[in-house]
Amino acid sequence: MTLKTEPIIVNIGPQHPSTHGVFRLRILFDGEVIHDVEPVFGYLHRGSEKLAEERTYTQIVTLTDRLDYLAAMSNNLSYCLSVEKLMGIEAPERAKYIRTIMAELMRISSHLMGLGFFLQDLGAFATPLMYMFREREKIMDLFEMASGARITYTYMRPGGVNDDLPPEFMPALRKFADEMPGYIDEYERLLRENEILITRTKGVGVLPRDLAINGSLSGPALRASGVPWDLRKADPYEVYSRVQFDLPVGQIGDNYDRFLVRLEEMRQSLRIVRQCMQQMPAGPFRADLPMLLRPPKGDAYAHVEGPKGELGFYLVSDGSISPYRCAIRAPSFINLSLLKEMLVGWKIADMITIVGSLDFNMGEVDR
Amino acid sequence: MTRQLAGQEIAAALKGVFPEALTDVGASDVTVRGEDILDVCRHMHDAPALAFDYLVSLNAVDWIDSFEVVYQLVSIQYNHKAVLRTRAYGREAPVLPSVSSVWRGANLQEREVYDLMGVRFEGHPNMRRIFLWEGFEGHPLRKDFLLQRP
Repeated sequence: MTLKTEPIIVNIGPQHPSTHGVFRLRILFDGEVIHDVEPVFGYLHRGSEKLAEERTYTQIVTLTDRLDYLAAMSNNLSYCLSVEKLMGIEAPERAKYIRTIMAELMRISSHLMGLGFFLQDLGAFATPLMYMFREREKIMDLFEMASGARITYTYMRPGGVNDDLPPEFMPALRKFADEMPGYIDEYERLLRENEILITRTKGVGVLPRDLAINGSLSGPALRASGVPWDLRKADPYEVYSRVQFDLPVGQIGDNYDRFLVRLEEMRQSLRIVRQCMQQMPAGPFRADLPMLLRPPKGDAYAHVEGPKGELGFYLVSDGSISPYRCAIRAPSFINLSLLKEMLVGWKIADMITIVGSLDFNMGEVDR
Repeated sequence: MTRQLAGQEIAAALKGVFPEALTDVGASDVTVRGEDILDVCRHMHDAPALAFDYLVSLNAVDWIDSFEVVYQLVSIQYNHKAVLRTRAYGREAPVLPSVSSVWRGANLQEREVYDLMGVRFEGHPNMRRIFLWEGFEGHPLRKDFLLQRP
């Protein structure tokens, strides 16, 4: 006897614990197997690009905090670099080092959250996530010392940073940089050989190299597919050309590779932080600029390697105090381009892990 | 360091294949005629000396008289980049060929440009609004969009 089957459409999200915010997927299932996927965006759309056209260049920094709210420092940095490119100015040396340290700490923090929620999606309920929250707390304490805020820092400004580092920052950072490698080793011992993790991630959600490039993926998702492309190496900004670090690259681009690449990147970020601490000069932390910036007419695109991938701002100036157009190249959004290719053929339980391994943030997807 | 191709370099590479397609050559970009953008992009992607295998971003700017769409391209193989611009005319139904058949990464970005700027991309597999709901009136990133409804 044959059983009659028929495909059904299942709605995942927007209020679902594993959708990392308000992401909605309409999935066509045949039994448990995915046949078609349609992502639905827009539940967190706040019109950031339009709002930017109504604000001054300095005020927009606050909007960038709210894009990827788990990586606000990187967003600040990318935006400030664009304005500086548009105006043809550079931040002082000390500011460059401070900004690099902040961006790398932000990467560690964002990867901790990315890994923690990914493991939570795998069913490792709360234990690894709480370990990672524990270390993220220390990074947030560091950011709080420097900026006064824990999530939306608004710490950087076009031409430098808002304020110099307080005296207690460096000892705390040194302590963190000494302790953190032990914690990363701890995660690795706990998770890397875990049988459940391996069964659910190895060979699942494979993204071939050429497809990843063609789909404009960036960040750990691209490097896990075996493409050694990192803007910190390929197109160095700030002080990345003066520090040594390795580029972890995956082999086949499955969930496991994306997991390992993030884990290893945290170690490399700590290496960069330590070198920056040694090299950091004294001096001014902010270029002498007027309160209201009026960049000359023209346009500029500057990008950084954010925790989720290439984060860029395309600014067009008409010579006034606010940009004529502020377009954001959001890595989380563009990393979802290949969702259908990655999901079709897998089962519903794998869908949760594949989506989790991409580590996107809805604040940045919907903007 | 990613090498930015000068406008003249891109023009020299394209002149032989598309003698009519370029309308303007800038210092670090070229402007391509709207109807040729798909062929030019395919050539930029396929030609071995250019090998622009990676579409970084695709954005639109409203210049009132026309919509400018800016393509930021990168070649991962050679680590060089190029900027292409093109223009779509008319405010009722500006239209351009879609490049999503060359780079899949253009798929969502073209939908975003359509949703917020109102430029349609012909040949796109799923040309619908992406952030706003079907039935929303207007395209908010246009300069003539009213921020407060009367």
